[in-house]
Amino acid sequence: MSDFINGFWSYYVLVLTLASILGCILLLWLTARGQTPAGTDNTTGHVWDEDLREANNPMPRWWVGLFVLTIIFSLGYLVAYPGLGSFKGALGWSTQQEYAKDIASANRELEPVYAAYAAMPAEKLAGDPKAMAIGERLFLNNCAQCHGSDARGSKGFPNLTDQDWLYGGSPEKISETIHKGRIGVMPPMAAAVGTPDDVKNVANYVLSLSGSPHDSLRAGLGKGKFGACAACHGVGGVGNPALGAPNLSDKVWLHGYGQEAIISIINTGKTNQMPPQQGRLTDAQIHVLVSYVWGLSSKPARP
Amino acid sequence: MPEAPLPVRKVIPIAVVEEPGDGALYAAHKKIYPRSVRGIFARWRWAMVFLTQLVFYGLPWVEWGQRQSVLFDIGARRFYIFGLVLYPQDLIYLTGLLVVSALALFLFTAVAGRLWCGYTCPQTVYTEIFMWVEHKIEGNRIARMRLDQGAFSAEKLFKKWFKHVVWIGIAMWTGFTFVGYFSPIRELGIDFLQMRVGSWEVFWVFFYGFATYGNAGFMREQVCKYMCPYARFQGAMFDRDTLIVSYDTLRGEPRGLHAKGSDARAQGLGDCIDCSLCVQVCPTGIDIRDGLQYECIGCGLCIDACNTVMDRMDTPRGLIRYATQNSMAGRWSPRQVLRRVLRPRVLLYTAVLTALCIGLLASLVVRTPLKVDVVRDRTSLARIAEGGQLENVYRLQIMNATEQLQRYRIEASGLPGLSIFPLEPVEVEAAQSRWVAVRLQLPYGSASAGSHAVQIDVSSTSGSARVSEKAAFLVPR
Repeated sequence: MSDFINGFWSYYVLVLTLASILGCILLLWLTARGQTPAGTDNTTGHVWDEDLREANNPMPRWWVGLFVLTIIFSLGYLVAYPGLGSFKGALGWSTQQEYAKDIASANRELEPVYAAYAAMPAEKLAGDPKAMAIGERLFLNNCAQCHGSDARGSKGFPNLTDQDWLYGGSPEKISETIHKGRIGVMPPMAAAVGTPDDVKNVANYVLSLSGSPHDSLRAGLGKGKFGACAACHGVGGVGNPALGAPNLSDKVWLHGYGQEAIISIINTGKTNQMPPQQGRLTDAQIHVLVSYVWGLSSKPARP
Repeated sequence: MPEAPLPVRKVIPIAVVEEPGDGALYAAHKKIYPRSVRGIFARWRWAMVFLTQLVFYGLPWVEWGQRQSVLFDIGARRFYIFGLVLYPQDLIYLTGLLVVSALALFLFTAVAGRLWCGYTCPQTVYTEIFMWVEHKIEGNRIARMRLDQGAFSAEKLFKKWFKHVVWIGIAMWTGFTFVGYFSPIRELGIDFLQMRVGSWEVFWVFFYGFATYGNAGFMREQVCKYMCPYARFQGAMFDRDTLIVSYDTLRGEPRGLHAKGSDARAQGLGDCIDCSLCVQVCPTGIDIRDGLQYECIGCGLCIDACNTVMDRMDTPRGLIRYATQNSMAGRWSPRQVLRRVLRPRVLLYTAVLTALCIGLLASLVVRTPLKVDVVRDRTSLARIAEGGQLENVYRLQIMNATEQLQRYRIEASGLPGLSIFPLEPVEVEAAQSRWVAVRLQLPYGSASAGSHAVQIDVSSTSGSARVSEKAAFLVPR
C-alpha cells in the first residue's frame, strides 16, 4: 500500500487496526471474568422497556478458544500480509504481483496458440476464423479507439477497410506500421506555392485530380504550381507510400473534403501520428493483428 | 363453561428457564446424547432427510442433453438449470428466488413455527445423518454415555475411529458434491482419481467437507443456539394461533409417577408420569414442559416420545402436541384450531407468495433468450462516408442465451432514410456473446444537427427472440 497521500494515514490505519484487535482481547478477557449480579434470577440485570430482561445463556467455554484462534490468526495475517498501514507484510504479497502472475500464466496458456499462428503467413492466417476472432478482440481493445470499431476510421484516422494505404497495404508494411508507429508530416507549403491566389489555384488542381467538383480555370493555373507538391505527392498526385504521402487522385479525404479544407492544409501543414505498439503488444499479437487488418481489405489465401 | 378472557398480548413470550447458573458468561459445554425415537414426526424427519439429500447428492449427476443439468459455471459466468441458460444479467431471478424463500419461511413459521429448523435445515439434516452413524457404531444413548465416560480401551478407540472415518467419508462426499455444482462433477471425479485436480477445487471440497464434519459432528445444537440468527428472530413471527410444540400443562400437572391403569386424578396427579423421555430425545437438550424456549427447533421428537408413553399408559395421546396458545388456553377442538389457520396474516403471506411465484415463473417462461447492449463509438461522433452519407458507428454486444447457434438480423429505425450495415445476419455460437460493429447511415442534410433517438432491433432468423434497444444518432453541425 503505497498510495496514501501522506504518512499520517498509514499510522491512522495501523493504530485503528491494532486497537480493534486489542479491544477484542479486552472484551474476551472481561467477559471471561464477567459475572451476572449474584443472587438474581440469572439475568444480566439489564432491564429495557419496563419488563424486558436479558437472560444469561452462557456460551460454551470452548468457543473462547475459537475466538482466541481468530485473534492469533489476525495477528499472524497482519505480519504476513499487507494490512498495517503501509507495512508490506513479511511475505511481500501484493495485488500487482498477483496480477502480473495471472497475466503471465494466461500468456503461457496462450503461447502454443500464438506459436502456431506465428508460423503461418498473414495471408493464410486471415482465413482462420479462430485467429480472426482473437484479432477482432485485439483490434477492439487496442485500435478501435482511433480507427473505430468497424476500422473505417474517421476524420484524421485512416480507414483500414479500403485499398488506399498511406504506407502500403502489404502484411510486411502493416506490421512495420503497427510495430514502429508512423509520423506523417506535411510542412506548411504556402510560401513555396506562392500567393494566396496561387494556393487557391493549386487546391482546385488537387480537386481536379480526383474528378471532384472544381474551378477548371483555376485548376489549369494551379497545375504549374503543383511542382512544389509533386516532390512528395508525385507527378499527378498519386502519392508515395515510401514517404506516407497520400494519393490525391482518389476520393479518400483523410483531413477533410473541399476547397477550404485543402487550402487550410496547404497553409498550415499537417502532422499526424500513429503511436508504436511494440512493447505494448507482443510480436505474436501484432502478427494476428496484421492478419486481421490485412484481411479487412484483402481476400485471405485459401488453405 | 365461560371461556377465559384472552390476554391482550399477541406475542408468545418465550419462557425463561431459571437455571441456578453460577452467573458466569461462559459455561462448560454439556454434551447432549439424544435418545432415538420412533413415531410420526421422526418418520417425517427422515422423509425430509431423504428428499433433501436425494436432490442435493443426485442433481449434479443428472445429465441434460450434452451437459450437466444444473451447473453454475462461475468462470464462464453461465448458469445452467435444466433447459435454462442464465447470464449474470439474470441476477433478478436469484433475487426473486431469495424473496420467495424468505416469504415461504414466514408463511411456514406463522402456521406451524420452526418447521424449517426441525425438518429441512441442512444443520438438522446432517446432524440427523451423523447421529444415525453414531447410533449404529456406538450404540444407543446409554451406551454412548457409558462409552464416553468409560476408561480408554481398544473397543473405545476402534468405535471412535470407525465413527470418525465414516463421518469424514460422508463429509468429504458432501464437499465433493457441493463443488460438483460449480465444476462439472464427472470430470471433477476423474480429476480426483487421477490426482490432477485444481487447488481451488481441493480447497473448497475440504473446506465444505470440514464444515459439514464440524457442524454435524460436533457443533450440532450449538449452531442453532449460539450462531443462527434465524433462530432468534422467529419469535417475532409467532402469534397466538401459531402451531408450536406444546406441553399441555393443565392435563399433565402435577406430574408424578403412577401405575398404569390407576386413576391419576384420584392420586392428585396429572397425566405426566415424569419419565423424562421427552427430555432425553430432545436434540437441543431442553425440557419442553417448561414452555416454549428459544432452543426449541420444533422437530416434534418429544411428541413422538410422549405419545409412545401415553399409549403404554393407556391414556390419550397428545399430552405434548402441536398446539396454539389460543387452543391451549381455550381448550379448542382441532377443528377450531384449523379454522384459525386461515387468518389474515397467513392469507396475506400466501397471497404475496403465490403472486410472486406466478410472476417469477411467467417471467421465466416469456424470457427472451437474447440480450443486446448498444455501445456508441465514443471517439468519432459522426463521419462522412462515400456517397455523401452521414455515418455513426456502434458496437452491439449480442448474447445468445440459447444452446444452439443462432443467426441474428439487425435492423434500425427511427429516422427517415436510415440504413444499417452490414446487412447480412450475424452468427453467435450457443451460449456465447459476441461484439458486432454496425454502421448507421443517413443521407447528408436529411436531419437537423444534434442527437436523434433511433432504435436498433435484433431478431433471430428462427423468429425465437427479438430485442429492441435505444441508441442515439448524432448529426454534427
